[in-house]
Amino acid sequence: MADLTSTFAGITSPNPYWLASAPPTNSAYQVNKAFEYGWGGAVWKTIGAPVLNACNRYGAFEYGTHKLLAINNVELISDRPLETNLREIREVKELWPDRAVIVSAMVESTPEAWHDIVQRIEDTGADGIELNYGCPHGMSERGMGSAVGQVPEYCTMITRWVAEAASIPVIVKLTPNVTDIVPPARAALAGGADAVSLINTINSIVGVDLDTFEIRPNVGGKGGHGGFAGPAVKPIALHMLSAVAADPEFGEGGLPISGIGGVQTWRDAAEFLLLGASNVQVCTAVMHYGFRIIEDLVDGLSNWLDAKGADSLADVIGASVPRISAFGDFDLSFKSVARIDESSCIQCNLCFVACDEGAHQCIDLTVDGARIDPAALSSDARPQPRVREEDCVGCDLCSLVCPVDGCITMVPVESGRPRVTWNDLVRDRSDVTTDWDAMMAYRKETGIDIH
Amino acid sequence: MRETALTLDQLRDRFSETNPPYTAHEAAVEADRCLYCFDAPCIRACPTGIDVPTFIRKIATGNVTGAATTILESNLIGHSCGRVCPVDELCVGSCVLGAEHRPIAIGRLQRYATDALYQSGHMPFETAPEGSKRVAVVGAGPAGLSCAGELAKRGIGATVFEKQELPGGLSTFGIVVLREPIRVSLEEVEFIRRLGAEIRTGVQVGQDVTAAELLSSYDAVFLAAGTGSVPDLGIPGEDLDGVTEALSFIAETKLAEKDGIERLLDLPVGKRVIVIGAGNTAIDAATVARRLGAESVTIAYRRGDSDMPAYDFEVAFVRNEGVDFQFLAQPVEVLGEGGRVSGLRCLRMELGDVGADGRRSATPVQGSEFVLPCDQVIKAIGQSKLEPLFQAFGVDTERGYARVDEALRTSNPKVFAGGDCVRLSGHALTVTAAQDGKIAAKAIATALGVVPAEGELPTGVSRSGAGRASKQHSGAFQPLRSAPHAVAKGGHDG
Repeated sequence: MADLTSTFAGITSPNPYWLASAPPTNSAYQVNKAFEYGWGGAVWKTIGAPVLNACNRYGAFEYGTHKLLAINNVELISDRPLETNLREIREVKELWPDRAVIVSAMVESTPEAWHDIVQRIEDTGADGIELNYGCPHGMSERGMGSAVGQVPEYCTMITRWVAEAASIPVIVKLTPNVTDIVPPARAALAGGADAVSLINTINSIVGVDLDTFEIRPNVGGKGGHGGFAGPAVKPIALHMLSAVAADPEFGEGGLPISGIGGVQTWRDAAEFLLLGASNVQVCTAVMHYGFRIIEDLVDGLSNWLDAKGADSLADVIGASVPRISAFGDFDLSFKSVARIDESSCIQCNLCFVACDEGAHQCIDLTVDGARIDPAALSSDARPQPRVREEDCVGCDLCSLVCPVDGCITMVPVESGRPRVTWNDLVRDRSDVTTDWDAMMAYRKETGIDIH
Repeated sequence: MRETALTLDQLRDRFSETNPPYTAHEAAVEADRCLYCFDAPCIRACPTGIDVPTFIRKIATGNVTGAATTILESNLIGHSCGRVCPVDELCVGSCVLGAEHRPIAIGRLQRYATDALYQSGHMPFETAPEGSKRVAVVGAGPAGLSCAGELAKRGIGATVFEKQELPGGLSTFGIVVLREPIRVSLEEVEFIRRLGAEIRTGVQVGQDVTAAELLSSYDAVFLAAGTGSVPDLGIPGEDLDGVTEALSFIAETKLAEKDGIERLLDLPVGKRVIVIGAGNTAIDAATVARRLGAESVTIAYRRGDSDMPAYDFEVAFVRNEGVDFQFLAQPVEVLGEGGRVSGLRCLRMELGDVGADGRRSATPVQGSEFVLPCDQVIKAIGQSKLEPLFQAFGVDTERGYARVDEALRTSNPKVFAGGDCVRLSGHALTVTAAQDGKIAAKAIATALGVVPAEGELPTGVSRSGAGRASKQHSGAFQPLRSAPHAVAKGGHDG
């Protein structure tokens, strides 16, 4: 059995799953219950300035019959009095000394306000403090949340105010509502943060009611942008995580990253770990299914680590980071083609129409091996899709639309060309990268035939 | 006769549609599973060519009105067909998910869509303004209604003559309530009326109005009269009290749904019932007898198990109802006591070589007579032909059926025919009748010089892919890979 014990910026927890700062961590009642179920830690719902909430607060992004692919919310930071939160945090930490109790905070942008809240949080015995630089609604208009996270200079400044006052680890939570998340991450490092966490929620309008024309969530007939979170945001979170994890300047600081954004299963968590997160935070999945999901999150991750021969989380954290690259460094001589396993193909022909209309016209419909005109199908025989491998550009669309597991695979094939990247071409054959005639000559010379 | 009387609640329960309707959620989940195949085989498997992937996708997107419209564009009898089609033999049987996965419940989804449309009262079609052409349709069953509706959509005046007091044919009278309530058939009829067709009931062509009158007053005639009544067995004892005929027996249970379930309290059913025949009507009659309270119901059939014309799923259903079978039993005499049925004398049959019809011959075994005790005999041995009707219209026949060509033209250029009255071979299905009505309407419109209806798709063309070559464009098919592919790549860039 692999050891799931997690150490994050010096904070230990029995597993790498923390509840993110959000509605599930709003009270001692909830956090105590979560810890009973086995959660490794909890980041208390952000405390700070006084607020008044609106309703409705949440809207769902659904697809077909799949509920809650994401939640959009316009809920604010904790609307419970500061003293109540601080008292409960102390009680919880006393009850659960082995769990990570982190307090998220957001106050007015003055050194006094931050020094004061840091002191009051430390007095609870909490293990760490998370700075909410991400909240995209309600607080940002008051100069807090993402209003800070979007400006690296503010990010450094406030982090410094906190770091100079804090004796416990300081985690800076980054907003995704920026064009590049690396500068704010570097800014947190410069300000003296002990770790970063990412991502907070993404600005969104989740939908419009087709009967009433109201924006969802509907607040008395009006609606506005809110924060988007849940399984649908995972790919964006993974990208931002990889950008920070692979940044050399950030890497020099050696700060750990807490991965957030659409973690619903242990598989999601494993992907965050592989891309450089030291632990993960979960919210929407709990809002959907409750704290009980921790059992499989732990069990599945443990079984996967065992299957991979890993003894501890350290063996997998960041294991895929060296594979993070960019287009300019991709090997353009690498070639793969689609292959259809005709014995498992059910002839739905989704691959055909996808390739023909949505991609590069490399799949034929055939009857008894002969290509037929798809616009004039008349035979009672079900046509069999077949890839013209010599024309296949290796885009992978067909295998993505195929409903049968393992039916279409992308097979690497020898291109017969030496390894070359775009950056190589820019450096060695700049004419090829700027002039179409030179490009065509280069293709001819190297035997690249694009049909 | 039946000893323990059933309560009205019991009867209501026993004579209502077996499958409950899908809830919106069930429909959405099922629709979501559809792969939306390109050139989907279910379209080809449907005799009316319903664009199944398109209508299912519309259910999935919440466009249920559009889903029903897609169905009815291809099949105006789609409301019935969603319930009565042998889908395992047709669309569902062809579903690509069938082999190793669970196929899509296409019939249930079709029913969901048409139920919603008929409940809403929405009319999705715009009919062409009525022109000067008039067509008489004989018979208001699926074929006649389908034809009348299609004609009405084209602005051709259609008058349907129906001898029964209620239109709908077998959908109204002959298909057991468990599969299709009478309400469904009557909703379908109403829809055809709203399209503009006139339906006159209680008018028997040949008696109340003559063939000659129709031929002179109308520009064309479509014969969709189905088949005649159940013929006599031609054996002694047939006129005994307790011998009934399957179709009227089933019809009583259909009417009870409309006129009040208490009607069934007066419907005589035996304690021990024998149904003669093994087609779908025999199955339905046996089901009805069981559900009315018969203690034992036995289907007597002169051939073997595998020769039964009824569908396997129906046979399985009726076995589950507790109905027994007597195979290789040829009835030779209905026995009676005091004028009432007391038994059925049968001869044991023996199967011989395979004959021209692909079935093994059945011959009686000498001295094999035996008696099946019973107090009711229900005849379900097929229906008689309508030779006199065809003669009156000057239509050539073949083995009692109207002879037609592919466009359902008869030997009389003014007369077309379809539905069960031309069904020389193969299964006489509601859906094939519906398709006949469609084919005939098109042929009639062409014959009368009426242009196709607005938005009508050419045969074999679906919106969900394939058969879209009607419009020539630069993406025309290139027979060989070596041919310049640039043609097919027209407009593609990147």
